[in-house]
Amino acid sequence: MQRGLVRHEGRLVIMAAVAVLVGVAFMTIGLRGDLAFVVELRAARLAAMVLVGVAVAVSTVVFQTVCANRIITPSIMGLDALYVFCQTALVFALSGFGFAGIDPSLHFFGNFTAMTSLALALFLPMLRRRFDLTLMLLTGVVLGVLFRSLTTLLARLLDPNDFAVLQGTVFASFNAVEPDLLLLAGLITVAGVAIAWRARHVLDVLALGTDTAIGLGVAWRVTAAGLLVVVAALVSASTALVGPMAFLGLLVVSLAERIVGTDRHAILLPAAALTAIIVLVGGQTILQHALGGEGSLGIVVEFVGGIVFLAILFAGGRQ
Amino acid sequence: MIEIAGVSLALGGSRILDNVSLTVPKGGVTALVGPNGAGKSSLLSLIARLRPLQSGRITVDGLPVDTTPSRQLARIMAILRQDPGVASRLRVAELVGFGRFPHNRGRLTAKDREIIAASLEQFDLSDLALRFIDTLSGGQRQRALVAMTFCQGTDYILLDEPLNNLDMFHARNLMRTLRRIADEHGKTVLIVLHDINHAASYADRIVAMKDGAVIASGETGDIIRPDILESIFGFSMRVENIAGRLTVLHHA
Repeated sequence: MQRGLVRHEGRLVIMAAVAVLVGVAFMTIGLRGDLAFVVELRAARLAAMVLVGVAVAVSTVVFQTVCANRIITPSIMGLDALYVFCQTALVFALSGFGFAGIDPSLHFFGNFTAMTSLALALFLPMLRRRFDLTLMLLTGVVLGVLFRSLTTLLARLLDPNDFAVLQGTVFASFNAVEPDLLLLAGLITVAGVAIAWRARHVLDVLALGTDTAIGLGVAWRVTAAGLLVVVAALVSASTALVGPMAFLGLLVVSLAERIVGTDRHAILLPAAALTAIIVLVGGQTILQHALGGEGSLGIVVEFVGGIVFLAILFAGGRQ
Repeated sequence: MIEIAGVSLALGGSRILDNVSLTVPKGGVTALVGPNGAGKSSLLSLIARLRPLQSGRITVDGLPVDTTPSRQLARIMAILRQDPGVASRLRVAELVGFGRFPHNRGRLTAKDREIIAASLEQFDLSDLALRFIDTLSGGQRQRALVAMTFCQGTDYILLDEPLNNLDMFHARNLMRTLRRIADEHGKTVLIVLHDINHAASYADRIVAMKDGAVIASGETGDIIRPDILESIFGFSMRVENIAGRLTVLHHA
């Protein structure tokens, strides 16, 4: 058992080294012009990608463990559907021009509050009565469908210019990140990740199943509801910062699991976070320098993530 | 002592337990027997606070199971349910080590490692310690789960049909181990059994349930009688004393 853990930790060190390399590559390749300006711009983007990567990876691992399902992502709660709907409603009400003029901090805070409120409304009833987790997730799915339908309705009513503005916000993008928001999202992410890390041993026990976890002294309802609120805060912070990244979590967690070969959260949480950083920063570097800055990383991640999801389903079906 | 008073349970409109009252004294092996659907597993789940109590009251060692912090209960009572699927990818030694979680919250001490090694040895698992759970046979997995339950080191041990999937050697080994820890360490074992002869051989007391109620409860010798067994299981069977052990000839 000891030897096994040492091997896992060795892989973590390698992943951390790769993440640092990718970060250095992102910061240094093709530097020209006003160095101070370019470095500051790239540093802000790098920070945003690291934040979002860590938030999405950690929230997905925790969500999957609490739901006892390794092919699920927190987007099933309908948070990103709500986010897209909020942006559509704002563009519809204020027009593209008015939408662009919203104070970024206010916008971030409004989006964050809307998404966490939805999650709290879904999960806090768990504390008072014993609800079926599946039922609550299903409620999230239904609400997600509702928000998507409303979004489609409003989008049909938009004029083409406003629609183009909207398209720019509903796909994740790291190109225009406000430094003030970075700090705010950073604080939320650090707090959420700290709670998840402290709970790493409890998460291991939760992964054994509800009954076994209760038998081993975990107060299941309080613990699960608390962790789901942390998940919601992490997802909301990263979505409000750059936009929805539904498949990123699924992609990086399943990759990380295969790389380290263990479900122990002390290993899996950092492994998933490092994988996310490597995928995001590496992807963005390739996109910028090899493919001439064409396309949005968000779209690429959705595309690759979707394929990986199907691959996991097929592989799982064959076993 | 486990005290159950006026406990009823209804699930989806059907009555599973009907006003059950029962006292299981501290120390010794108590077997819970009865036909399928009698409510044995449900009662065990309620004692182990795996289900919320709907009505009535249950205390273990004086602690009410519905209000005592789960962690405190986990230090005095361990439960093994029927077939708890272990989804996560774990090695046998890791799984058994989780039994120490109520004591160490996930940080293994030297003493924990000793206890884990002893539990592995006890259930003939030392050679399998580094195998992944999903590569084991049903019986081997069951032994790993029993070892984890023992590793918890509690005064009260609740087992729901732990002999499932075990071969004769390991079934006997488990029953003898239960007998020994009850005799030597004063542990209280409450065990759901289907094989009435295991109950007759190893239990101090037998509690019989049928249709969500306790219909008989007492010393083993008082329950292993043809008339009482017929009232529990619904057919007549002979009881013989073979080499000093009561034996029920239920397969004839």
